[in-house]
Amino acid sequence: MVEFFTTTNLGIVLLILGQCLLILLPLLVALAFLMYADRKIWAAVQMRKGPNVVGVFGLLQSFADFIKYIVKEVVVPAGADKAVFFLAPMITFVLAVIAWAVIPFNDGWVLSDINVAILYVFAISSLEVYGVIMGGWASNSKYPFLGSLRSAAQMISYEVSIGLIIIGVVISTGSLNFGDIVMAQESDYGIFGWYFIPHFPMLFLFFISALAETNRPPFDLPEAESELVAGYQVEYSSTPFLLFMIGELMAVVLMCALVSLLFLGGWLSPIGFLPDGILWLIGKMLVCFFIFAMVKAITPRFRYDQLMRIGWKIFLPLSLFWVVLVSFLAKFEVMGGFWARWAIGG
Amino acid sequence: MTPALIAFYAFAVTTIGGGLMTVVSRNPVHSVLWLILAFLSSAGLFVLLGAEFVAMLLIIVYVGAVAVLFLFVVMMLDVDFAELKAEMARYMPLALLIGVVLLMQLGLAFGVWGFSEGVDTRLAQPISDAENTKQLGMLLYDQYFLIFQLAGLILLVAMIGAIVLTLRHRTDVKRQNVMVQMSRDPAKTMELKDVKPGQGL
Repeated sequence: MVEFFTTTNLGIVLLILGQCLLILLPLLVALAFLMYADRKIWAAVQMRKGPNVVGVFGLLQSFADFIKYIVKEVVVPAGADKAVFFLAPMITFVLAVIAWAVIPFNDGWVLSDINVAILYVFAISSLEVYGVIMGGWASNSKYPFLGSLRSAAQMISYEVSIGLIIIGVVISTGSLNFGDIVMAQESDYGIFGWYFIPHFPMLFLFFISALAETNRPPFDLPEAESELVAGYQVEYSSTPFLLFMIGELMAVVLMCALVSLLFLGGWLSPIGFLPDGILWLIGKMLVCFFIFAMVKAITPRFRYDQLMRIGWKIFLPLSLFWVVLVSFLAKFEVMGGFWARWAIGG
Repeated sequence: MTPALIAFYAFAVTTIGGGLMTVVSRNPVHSVLWLILAFLSSAGLFVLLGAEFVAMLLIIVYVGAVAVLFLFVVMMLDVDFAELKAEMARYMPLALLIGVVLLMQLGLAFGVWGFSEGVDTRLAQPISDAENTKQLGMLLYDQYFLIFQLAGLILLVAMIGAIVLTLRHRTDVKRQNVMVQMSRDPAKTMELKDVKPGQGL
C-alpha cells in the first residue's frame, strides 16, 4: 500500500492531491471563521454587536454569506471584456491558494519542500497584482480603473521593501527554505532566539508593508469607498466577488504565516521545555491576525501621496540600509554570530 | 510518458501558444496577457531543467515588474484599432521582408549546425549536492564579481539618466509638506465658536 503511493505515478499524483486537500479544506473553513472574527473584533472596537444572528453568537454568518453570494445573479457590465473580467477573480483566488504549497506547518509538514521556497512565495505575491489590474481594466468603467491603477502602484511599491526585508532574514539564515529559516531560530533560550530580536525594526516594517501589500486598512486605497466607491470590485457581484474576497483574506492569512515563520519562530515553542508543534504556529498566526483586525478597526485611512511617500522615501531606504547592516553584522559575526546562523556552510 | 515529460510538453505548448497569441491578438492588452502566460510557462520549463532560482527570478522580474509596467502603459494608451489596421497594410511589405530575412538567417544557422563526435560525453557535469542558487551566487559574487558590479553600475547610470531627462520641477502646483502637516496642532488651527441661534457669526 505504501509502495503504491511512493513509487507509481498514479499513486504519487493521488498522494499529492490528498495533501493539497488536507491543506486547502482546513484553510477554507478557518477562513470562514477568521472572516467572522475580523468582523467581531471590528464591531467590538466600535461598540457594536457585529454578526449575531446566524448560528450561536452568529458563528455561521460566513457560511450564510457564502450561500448568499453563490446563489446571486452574476452581472456583467455592458462593454466589459468578458474573458478577462472572469479571469481576474479566478487569478486572485488561485494565486492566493497556490502560495500555501511551500508553507511548512510543522517540522517537515510541507507540501513542497523546495530550496527557493521564500522566492516562490514572493513571486506568487508579486503576481497577485494582476487580479487587481485585470479586474479594473476589464470592468470598462472609470472607478474600477482608477482603483486598479492605485492598487497596482501601491502593491508594486511595497513589494520592494518586503523583498529587502526578506533578504535580511535570508542573509542571517543562509538559506531560502522555510524549514531552514525556522530551524535557524531554534536555541536553548526559546523566545529569545527568534529573529524578531536581531531583526527587531524589520518586524514592524514587514507588518506595515504587509498591510499595504494586501490592501488592508489603513492602506485600503484601492477600495476607498468615500472616493472610489469600491475600487476595482465595483462591477463585481456574486461568485466572482466572493472569489476576490476569499483571495484577499487568504493573502492576509498568508502574510500572518510569513510573519510567524520569518520573525516569530514558526512552530517553535517560546519556552524551551515545552514541545514544539503546529499549535504554536497557529497561535502565532492568530495573534498576527488579531493585530491585523485591530489595525483595521483603529486607524484612519492614509492619503495616497502619504502612502507613496512612506513606501519609497522611508521604508525602502530603511530596509536597504538594514540589508547592508545585517550583511556587515553577519560577515564579522558580531555578538558571537547573533546575526549569522547559517544552516548550510557560510 | 513520465510526469516530467508530460509537464515539459504542456509548458512548451503553452509557451509557443502564448507567444503566437501575443503576436496575433487584436487587443494590445490581450497581447500583454498572453506574453505573461508565455513568461510563466517558460519559468515552468526552467523549473523542469532544475534551474529553480532562474525560474523564480524570471517570474519576479519579468512578470511581477516589467510586464506590469507594460500593462500599465498599454492600458493607458488610447488606441484606435481601425487606424492601426489601416496602417498595417502600408507596412506589410517591409514586415514581410524582415520576416523572410530572419527566417533565412535562422535557416542558414541551423542548416550548418552539427555536433562533433562524442559531444554528449564531454558535456559539463552538473555539480552535485549543491543548490544552483548557491552555485550562481558563487559564480556571480566570487568569479565574476567586477563584471557583475559593472553591469549594476551601467543600470544605475541608465536609471539616473532617465530620471534626469524626465524630471522637471513644476512651480505652479501646490505641494504637500508632510512634516508641516504632521506638526500642526489643534490649538493653533482650530477655533470653537459658540453660535447663537438665528444670528450666525
